[in-house]
Amino acid sequence: MGTFSDSTVLLLIAVVKIAVVLTVLLTIIAYVTWLERKVVAHIQARWGPYLVGPHGLLQPVADGAKFILKEEIMPAEADKLIYWLAPFLGFVLAFLSIAVIPFGEGFTVHGHPIQFQITDLNVGLLFVFAVTSLGVYSIALAGWSSNSKYPLLGGLRSSAQMISYELSLGLAVIGVLMNAGTLSLRGIVDAQSGFWHIAGVNTWVPHWYVFVQPIGFFVYFTSAIAETNRVPFDLPEGETELVGGFHTEYSSMKFAMFFMSEYANMVTVSCLATLLFFGGWHGPVFGPKIVQILLPVFWFCLKVFCFIFFYIWMRGTLPRFRYDQLMSLGWKFLLPLGLLNILVTSLLIAWHG
Amino acid sequence: MTTLFYIFAAVTVLAALNMVLQRTPVYSALSLIVVLCSLASVYLLLGAEFMAVLQVIVYAGAIMVLFVFVIMLLNAGHESPSHRSRVAKWLGAPLIGAFLVEMLIVIWDQFPPTSAASPAHLDGSPAAIGHLLFRNYVLPFEVTSILILVAVLGAVVLAKKEF
Repeated sequence: MGTFSDSTVLLLIAVVKIAVVLTVLLTIIAYVTWLERKVVAHIQARWGPYLVGPHGLLQPVADGAKFILKEEIMPAEADKLIYWLAPFLGFVLAFLSIAVIPFGEGFTVHGHPIQFQITDLNVGLLFVFAVTSLGVYSIALAGWSSNSKYPLLGGLRSSAQMISYELSLGLAVIGVLMNAGTLSLRGIVDAQSGFWHIAGVNTWVPHWYVFVQPIGFFVYFTSAIAETNRVPFDLPEGETELVGGFHTEYSSMKFAMFFMSEYANMVTVSCLATLLFFGGWHGPVFGPKIVQILLPVFWFCLKVFCFIFFYIWMRGTLPRFRYDQLMSLGWKFLLPLGLLNILVTSLLIAWHG
Repeated sequence: MTTLFYIFAAVTVLAALNMVLQRTPVYSALSLIVVLCSLASVYLLLGAEFMAVLQVIVYAGAIMVLFVFVIMLLNAGHESPSHRSRVAKWLGAPLIGAFLVEMLIVIWDQFPPTSAASPAHLDGSPAAIGHLLFRNYVLPFEVTSILILVAVLGAVVLAKKEF
């Protein structure tokens, strides 16, 4: 290590971290598709994929090969540049937000501290919101550039839906921010260590913000499902009314990229829910040193998995909303509820000092 | 740092030019988004992370989505030059020139090239901006919010008349 300068080592660590996180994320996304098909199948009393590999475990590989080998078809009247740009934009933005997500405490090698996080921004939470708010262009432009009526309707729906639900998404987390007093995701998780003490008595209930911000969590997760265009808010796709919505005219790998960014967004949103409301990587830690380093990462992944399972469970359970119901839920119910939550939280914080 | 600044500055200016010269409304809107994002990057280089992120969330992420939404809804095709206003044709270029000269004079007065103006002493953290906004500048802040509220009410009244 002595032969390298400090900045070279830092750069090397960053590159290795990015490579590891991207590989893990891509694998997770591939297997979330498998999990979704399997779980939804079992909910509907079917078997799901089971031919390719044991329990269909190689199905994502087969799907990938199929997507790459399929023929590319582009509508003749499409706006070529934007038609190409849209899936890539969505893909890049979906993977960008994972850069500020912390997975665990961190450790030191040869005196170099290594965090389980690509970079710790002091406005990390807002960075994720900024990146997700740009994600809408991918869908809207995909719908517009296809130059076909169903995708256009899907794109219009998605831009209206995402603007509406971004507001409640932002308002829902303000209660947490007021409690934690920081915008850094690592800082928010650090503020959730230990247990709740009521009048000096240890309650043994983890110091997670979901226990003081249940309304905030409800508003956050409902809006997050709408932001990621998942059932019951998947109006932009709406295959029964819009054929396939914004991605009707897309084929082969570009079609797959929309789905990869949708699943990456699902993972990001679940990570954020874990970090903001469920104490991030905090959980019982014991055993030898290496286990102590890896257990927090395991707790984090377990919590994120629960959210992703919940997403899939919802898809197997709930029917799609009607469009006017979606809009009135966002504007007339979630937004006032989020504002009320901020009001009550700030009053309580002012009261207790 | 300086190299990055020149890259983002060039991107900003080129995208702004493309926005004005472009004849397809969607391309104009997209160029404006590029302008806003590269401006955010310049803020980031100045150490104002909070401002940078807000710029992207508010302008690129919310306001421009509405622009794109409206353009898509109207399905606006290519623009054609209008020949209605002759005043604009004759006065446009001189007015822009006067405005540019004025801006240059102001900037020259504020930051003469001899004094190396460094923004490092400014604190761009959310807490510092919050203190400034809600303590020192609370009256302008509230007046602005009332102004926006009035504008929203006006928009609602105008939209309701249609039905």
